[in-house]
Amino acid sequence: MDDIFGIPVQALLGQLLLGLVNGSFYAMLSLGLAVIFGLLGIVNFAHGALYMIGAYVAWLSLEKFGLNYWVALGLSPLIVGGLGVLIERTLLRHLYKLDPLYGLLLTFGLALIAEGVFREQFGVSGQQYPVPELLQGATDLGFMVLPNYRAWVVAASLVVCLGTWFLVEKTRLGSTLRAGTENPALVQAFGINVPVMVTLTYAAGAALAALAGVLAAPVIQITPLMGSNLIIVVFAVVVIGGMGSILGSILTGVVLGVIEGLTKVFYPEASNIVVFVIMAIVLMIRPAGLFGKEK
Amino acid sequence: MSVATTPSSTTPRRPMKTNLPMFTGPRLWAALFVLLLVAPFIGLYPVFMMKAMCFAIFACAFNLLLGYTGLLSFGHAAFMGAAAYATGWLVRSANWSPELGLVAGMALGAALGLVVGLIAIRRQGIYFAMITLAMAQMVYFVCLQAPFTGGEDGLQGVPRGKLFGLIPLGNDLTMYFVVLAVFAAVFLAIVRIVHSPYGQVLKAIRENEPRAISLGYDVDRYKLLAFVLSTAIAGLAGSLKTLVLGFATLSDVHWSLSGEVVLMTLLGGMGTFAGPVIGAFTIIGLQNFLADRVGSWITVVIGSIFVVCVIAFRKGIVGELLAWQQRRQAR
Repeated sequence: MDDIFGIPVQALLGQLLLGLVNGSFYAMLSLGLAVIFGLLGIVNFAHGALYMIGAYVAWLSLEKFGLNYWVALGLSPLIVGGLGVLIERTLLRHLYKLDPLYGLLLTFGLALIAEGVFREQFGVSGQQYPVPELLQGATDLGFMVLPNYRAWVVAASLVVCLGTWFLVEKTRLGSTLRAGTENPALVQAFGINVPVMVTLTYAAGAALAALAGVLAAPVIQITPLMGSNLIIVVFAVVVIGGMGSILGSILTGVVLGVIEGLTKVFYPEASNIVVFVIMAIVLMIRPAGLFGKEK
Repeated sequence: MSVATTPSSTTPRRPMKTNLPMFTGPRLWAALFVLLLVAPFIGLYPVFMMKAMCFAIFACAFNLLLGYTGLLSFGHAAFMGAAAYATGWLVRSANWSPELGLVAGMALGAALGLVVGLIAIRRQGIYFAMITLAMAQMVYFVCLQAPFTGGEDGLQGVPRGKLFGLIPLGNDLTMYFVVLAVFAAVFLAIVRIVHSPYGQVLKAIRENEPRAISLGYDVDRYKLLAFVLSTAIAGLAGSLKTLVLGFATLSDVHWSLSGEVVLMTLLGGMGTFAGPVIGAFTIIGLQNFLADRVGSWITVVIGSIFVVCVIAFRKGIVGELLAWQQRRQAR
């Protein structure tokens, strides 16, 4: 049992794991996009840029201030969340009464600004972030060697995703949030400060993107372009899953990451486009997305 | 996208023809056309002007979709870029004549637009934008990996050849007037399309899609045709640009170009005829001006213009001028 369809089992499982890792990032980012879109009605193109900034904050705090990975894991979402508050308060606030397309355009502009600033400061070449000591090395599972850090990424992001799901679907805070999505005016009438809720939602989405950025930092090259390249794939994931359901976006993200990983094994040339092809097929069969509701 | 064109409560919209505003309509177009005719003789660098006109064609094609049909395509660079590559390869490696190269580029733009359009019009609004962006990214990766596109280097050294086998286009001035002729033809064609009964249906769809459906229009077919028309013209723009500059590269299919064409249209004024042209000249001029002065800050500048336009300048240059004139007449 060394080969499956002529592919060594080790390579197959390795790519499967890599796909799971990527899928966790897709899941975390599409989750944030869905929550922001639900309450603000804005498709946040800057989500990729926030993810990129999250990774850079981790890298900078290690390089300049010697702060380790675990500190960055908390610090980076805080900083980027603060940036999110700033963006929502000063810019997005003016767009809620307009066509949602304007939100996409504004955040696209923000993404360009962030990308330009970071390219000017740090160049286009990738930065390396070391794997934290605690998670270095690998565990031999018998059938495969599991790098500890990758296992941590998958586990951590699944916990974060499911935590978010629990928060939104099963708690009182979440039900207020969902009510705000349905009818902001009515929720306001019940004495809940909707504008603050909106600001915090955007900040939370931004923090989630930053967290994904920190988790990703040790397994990828940190470049100013890493966000935009990812966000387009995440858009496709969101279209496939439909923005209606949180569990749906988590599941879609993870599954698409795995499919992409497997494509790298069996037909590497198509690995960049397989998500888009799936998107086209899903749209032909189920235009509202797999978990979306037809309107 | 409807804000630039939705009448607000303070400025009631009038029918275009009754007051013939100074900033739209034939008078402005004639002035612009004369300016373009004499441009190479008053010291404007012809290659720059040709490049700007190619992007003006591109922005006009885009505006047909966004400004008059209300569809935001966030992947229009794919059609321009694919056609740019096709024309470059056909003219350079298969020795096609330039006019056939242009026709082929336009046909490819239309064919690709048909495929992407069929998929994208299944969703509306924001999803339409995301789907076109994703499909365009797919085209980008195909161009990156395909054997005939030259990968990271792009297609270099595309000759301009002889138009109809007679007129050599090597001379910049000759080429300039060919580009100007194509540009004028495209501009008038778009004016014609928008003013036709078909164009009126497109506007009806933009203003109120459910109502257009209940009036019995097959909305999807109208949208698809508008999409294909737009992508065909975008293809023409890309082909022409390859002939002018002699190369096609990955930046022609990159999503940042898709963003730039949105900005050109938004800055100039969407839903106006001259807006995209003015927007394209402004952005290309700005890029030219800033290229060796600010380096990669150019992205920051473009991004900032985006933010300012969306927050405070949604009507665009031409739209603001029109609004100003209406206010003056109302007094």
